[in-house]
Amino acid sequence: MFCEKAMELIRELHRAPEGQLPAFNEDGLRQVLEEMKALYEQNQSDVNEAKSGGRSDLIPTIKFRHCSLLRNRRCTVAYLYDRLLRIRALRWEYGSILPNALRFHMSAEEMEWFNNYKRSLATYMRSLGGDEGLDITQDVKPPKSLYIEVCISF
Amino acid sequence: MSEAYFRVESGALGPEENFLSLDDILMSHEKLPVRTETALPRLGAFFLERSAGAETDNAVPQGSKLELPLWLAKGLFDNKRRILSVELPKIYQEGWRTVFSADANVVDLHKMGPHFYGFGSQLLHFDSPENADISQSLLQTFIGRFRRIMDSSQNAYNEDTSALVGRLDEMERGLFQTGQKGLNDFQCWEKGQASQITASNLVQNYKKRKFTDMED
Repeated sequence: MFCEKAMELIRELHRAPEGQLPAFNEDGLRQVLEEMKALYEQNQSDVNEAKSGGRSDLIPTIKFRHCSLLRNRRCTVAYLYDRLLRIRALRWEYGSILPNALRFHMSAEEMEWFNNYKRSLATYMRSLGGDEGLDITQDVKPPKSLYIEVCISF
Repeated sequence: MSEAYFRVESGALGPEENFLSLDDILMSHEKLPVRTETALPRLGAFFLERSAGAETDNAVPQGSKLELPLWLAKGLFDNKRRILSVELPKIYQEGWRTVFSADANVVDLHKMGPHFYGFGSQLLHFDSPENADISQSLLQTFIGRFRRIMDSSQNAYNEDTSALVGRLDEMERGLFQTGQKGLNDFQCWEKGQASQITASNLVQNYKKRKFTDMED
């Protein structure tokens, strides 16, 4: 059956607990795209045969492959999108500088996306609160009391 | 991480799945029994037991009984049933529906295909004459089980919940988790921990993993 590799990608993400970011599965993605290419080429050839060779009985087969192509596309897009949601969460929970371990889990394009997101967020934050701007990633929850107690060790 | 990560929710209980939802993709991977209404040439490699052999262009013959994933069955189905016709899986048929109406709580919905409600709702797309009964059964089953899920999720604090959760389907488990989170947040507030500054879960989890990386 087609789309098995695509399902592996989805399962890998689903297994990661609490929205953690697993390593970017470059190899898996490449295999999915190769399968899509093969499906597309087989369909192209069968469509020609159906039109010129009068093989209209190939139409269900063409539809079968087309469904598989759509499924592979869905899995790929969902995989990439969910990873971006996790990367976005990193900016809010971890901060602006990510540890190396995390950076190695991201593809070059994802890193670029993270940098662009950081920049958009920073620009926005600077535009708030008058001259100095306002860091909205701090103090996300309203305070429960008027004062806080802080322990300092010397 | 859980606080800032907003995954795409499942839409399976509604009219359509959500395209980007990982839960819906996993749900639609589950299989259902179908019957081919026409031959499928050149696909014999996938269904070797059914394949009609090289002379027929390696086709899956008309009238074959196969198990296909939901996404594929949905894609190939049309109301004239030109390519395939769909059978209801056993748990959505009359026999099991009677069991559910007798006592919905005893059934292990995780074993019966972990996405019982989602898959059952999407099954309605295949225009079975039993659709009205199936939807009623899904609704009544949930109503029958809901009370126990709500009670147990609100009263199991700091204990092993595997026995409570073992027979729930995925949607019910999500509900249980939500209940548990509410309970834990409330307990946290009662203890006055809500106003303490703590490291986020994500940061703690990554710090733990870092030590094992160094040991390797």
